[in-house]
Amino acid sequence: MTYAIQAEGLVKRYGKTTALAGIDLVARQGTVLALLGPNGAGKTTTTRMLATLIRPDAGHATVGGYDIVREAPEVRRQIGLTGQYASVDEEMSGFENLVLLGRLLDLSRADAKARARELLERFQLTDAGGRAPGTYSGGMRRRLDLAASLVGRPSFLYLDEPTTGLDPRSRGDVWDLVRSLVTDEGVTVLLTTQYLDEADQLANDIAVIDHGRVIANGDAAELKAQVGSQSLEIRPAHADRTADTVAIVSELTGLAPDLATNGLITVPVHDPDLLPVVVRRLDEAGIRASELALRMPSLDEVFLELTGHRTQDDAQKEADAA
Amino acid sequence: MTTATQTPSTPTTVKPAPTGTGAPRDEHVRRRDPFALVRHSLTLTWRNLIKLKHQPEQLIDLTLQPVIFIVMFVYLFGGAIAGSTHDYLQFVLPGILVQTVVFASLGTGVGLCEDVAKGVFDRFRSLPISRYAPLVGAVLGDLCRYFVAIVVVFVFGTAIGFRVQTDALAVLATTGLVLLFAFGMCWIFALLGMTMKNPRSVQGIAMLIGFPLTFGANIFAQTATMPGWLQSWVKVNPVSHLTDACRGLLVGGPVATHVGWVLLWAAVFTAIFAPLTVRAYNRKS
Repeated sequence: MTYAIQAEGLVKRYGKTTALAGIDLVARQGTVLALLGPNGAGKTTTTRMLATLIRPDAGHATVGGYDIVREAPEVRRQIGLTGQYASVDEEMSGFENLVLLGRLLDLSRADAKARARELLERFQLTDAGGRAPGTYSGGMRRRLDLAASLVGRPSFLYLDEPTTGLDPRSRGDVWDLVRSLVTDEGVTVLLTTQYLDEADQLANDIAVIDHGRVIANGDAAELKAQVGSQSLEIRPAHADRTADTVAIVSELTGLAPDLATNGLITVPVHDPDLLPVVVRRLDEAGIRASELALRMPSLDEVFLELTGHRTQDDAQKEADAA
Repeated sequence: MTTATQTPSTPTTVKPAPTGTGAPRDEHVRRRDPFALVRHSLTLTWRNLIKLKHQPEQLIDLTLQPVIFIVMFVYLFGGAIAGSTHDYLQFVLPGILVQTVVFASLGTGVGLCEDVAKGVFDRFRSLPISRYAPLVGAVLGDLCRYFVAIVVVFVFGTAIGFRVQTDALAVLATTGLVLLFAFGMCWIFALLGMTMKNPRSVQGIAMLIGFPLTFGANIFAQTATMPGWLQSWVKVNPVSHLTDACRGLLVGGPVATHVGWVLLWAAVFTAIFAPLTVRAYNRKS
């Protein structure tokens, strides 16, 4: 089995700091691999390395079968980069940015312009094409970044935190665009994100990175399974039945459930067959539930389980230090 | 997805065809294209000129600064320094030409640093183009800026009474010489731009270099009027040689030795700082 992206033991040191302590990764062709981890975990360094922007101190990697060091030009021919790795030029219009990239990718002047117009239309930026990216909204800017990375019809797309700072609707738009690239064009996507739900939404495979190492690997379900139990969540429709509900749940599970201030009762369950029993008992007691679900653990919980610390803590610490 | 097998129609590829690529393999041909560097560099030159179009304030800066300097020195100090503003104009204009271009070449470093800081260079570095193309493009684009500045100095100077005493060929030679020197100088600032993190620090340091070069020269006053310690600096300052060469070419006087020094300095600057800049650019990782 040859993978579209394959990395073994990638190491990068900056002076005494070890940014990458031996990263192993594989991505299958036409799938999304998410690198998930807090700020400073090594996601960006890994991606820059796979984009031939920095060289590994040790280890090796191939992208589309080409070595990232010895065959860097071939790798560059196949990849598209967005965001923090490779910015558009603020001082040129969106259209000019795309034409410039087309020309650098050896399209003729006419072809470069046609490709730019095509991409602007596809990303709903036709009206904004004549303006500088500095005047764009966050969502438009992200779409232009994406368009810029697609000028050369790359087989590999590297997305760096593609939805950080976007409102939920723009976020959904970017997700849809990424999904369509993968399903319609067979593009292999390498995605870095701090958002667990983003990895859950988009990625086929997830590599959890912390302190320059991959600490867990697998699809979302496998990672969640590593944490083990699911949880049962119930919120009674009427607050005065909360105590009765808690009594029923603890009787059935033999555990003391968590009761949140908003009335949500949560308890870990190991047996999925418990759910119908709970429903029946609630019905018998005449308790109506406004919320009732068996929930897989969130990736946040997965991260806590794997690393012993929460993702947000690290991000917060870094923000405090800055 | 499997390890790709060779199809009979692609006979002698050494390595297995890569997985996960939609790109046709005939693109290998392009890599050998000897004109690619020229073409990509010119495309990036175009980019730098487009930026000038979008930031008219840059162009205003470029054109207004020499005008202000000419007005200030000729009308404010000219009478005091040379006894007559008209005489002083003939003396100072070739010098202001030089000063303008030296200051314009500071901008090269600032521009490069901005491109690096904003991640634009990373985009270029991730493209299958020569790593020299963005640098060559930036420098060529800046040569066009310098040329605009030179034209402004000549036009404005002539409008207020500067007269070339030689011929059109000498004007062309002056332009060429100044551009050549600026090409050499701009590598110093390009290196600064490549090695420093913040465009504003580049501006600051470049000014620290630019001021002693242009004011510690014979641009505004005769060297003979200065104290000895200053004279010794002014005499070795490459900017003084360029100023003397331009004066000789435009209003008459000895030229050959000064031109020789200018060519030498331009060559030395380029030979030292261009490779260092390229190295810094490649090391940006």
